Amino acid sequence: MRAQRFREIALPHLNAAYNLARWLTHNDQDAQDIVQEAYLRAFKFFDGFRGDDARAWLLAIVRNTAYTWLQQNRDHAAHVFYDEAFEDLNATESATLCDQPDSNPVAILTQIDDKHLLDQALIQLPVEFREILVLRELENLSYKEISQIACIPIGTVMSRLARGRKLLRACLEQMN
Amino acid sequence: MDCKQTLKLLTAYGDQELGLSEAEEIDQHLSACLACQNAFIIQSELRDAVKLHATYFQAPDGLEDRIKATLAVEQQLPAIQPKRPWRLSFWNWFNVGATSVSLIALICSAALYLATPSSDDLLAEEVVSSHVRSLMANHLADVASSDQHTVKPWFNGKLDFAPCVNDLTAQGFPLIGGRLDYIDQHAVAALVYRHHLHPINVYMWPAVDARQIAIHTLSIHGYHLAHWNEAGMIYWMISDLDTRELLALAHILQAQAQCAPS
Repeated sequence: MRAQRFREIALPHLNAAYNLARWLTHNDQDAQDIVQEAYLRAFKFFDGFRGDDARAWLLAIVRNTAYTWLQQNRDHAAHVFYDEAFEDLNATESATLCDQPDSNPVAILTQIDDKHLLDQALIQLPVEFREILVLRELENLSYKEISQIACIPIGTVMSRLARGRKLLRACLEQMN
Repeated sequence: MDCKQTLKLLTAYGDQELGLSEAEEIDQHLSACLACQNAFIIQSELRDAVKLHATYFQAPDGLEDRIKATLAVEQQLPAIQPKRPWRLSFWNWFNVGATSVSLIALICSAALYLATPSSDDLLAEEVVSSHVRSLMANHLADVASSDQHTVKPWFNGKLDFAPCVNDLTAQGFPLIGGRLDYIDQHAVAALVYRHHLHPINVYMWPAVDARQIAIHTLSIHGYHLAHWNEAGMIYWMISDLDTRELLALAHILQAQAQCAPS
């Protein structure tokens, strides 16, 4: 009964779960392991789920499982928390963005149609920007849902999206 | 709204996460500011590019089946797998805790029981106090007489029993007198003897049962005490005499009580 309800509620979001895990780990097998473990955890905690947004609830568990996995399996410490380093970059960027009327959107367009290049640029983003972009652009989640999944305030969701997009653009320009 | 504010909110504006009034302000600003328009276009292009072109990884075939299988196993062993050890250890620790508490309670009760003085000990303390008081207040005897025929009748009407009174001058224990005292919630007869200037108090009162108790001695605060039950009477004797001489008097009194039951 309980298991049946869990399957009906959680399994429709399998693709979302796998996509997030895959973007966090860059690896198919790891992503599968993480998703499988996350579903097991979700099943154990299913009684605590009060049932308004199953996808956000499940993705939060997938994200936690993935972060635990990342901490155990990869020395990614250098990747995770360099928000501050990008703070400076962004400060100068946003200050000058308005003064660059000749920054040409068309030039970027030629790159962003390239699927491979776009994936590469996204992969290069620090994980905390990447996950927000994936949740927003690929899952079409609202700021509120993202803030619940990533355990950050809505204002931070917005600022990370803004920075993430600027970083992505910088990456694409570098690749050019 | 100026460029700085606009750029700050541009992301949320593009994602349609802004309130209506803020969105309208940005609309107005964008229609007037080419640079911010440009920034907005770049941002929108990027958003659309990711939406359209970034890979959305579909869950591979077989993952769903594996998850279902795992869940089935988990469901079948809900009590045995991760929950059982927890419960087991919980009950184990609960039991350990309960046992410890019981054990501590038991030890405390035992300690309290052992530490609580027995009724005989309490009585002995009372006898000592009475003896010391009788010497302190110079109130050794209410009736001072070495004549047993004076002392014994004096107790008539004062006690509900007739104490056994004998002059033991011949045995070296001259009778000094008698007085009333109060011990163990009884009005008791106290006979006073003397042996080489050592005063001796002998307390007696009727026992609840006729049980015989042999003479035994104890010492408290340098005083020696002897206690026995004989012929339905309780006897307590106290003096600063040494135990050997005290025992001699005790034996005499015990023998006389047997001969002349009251």
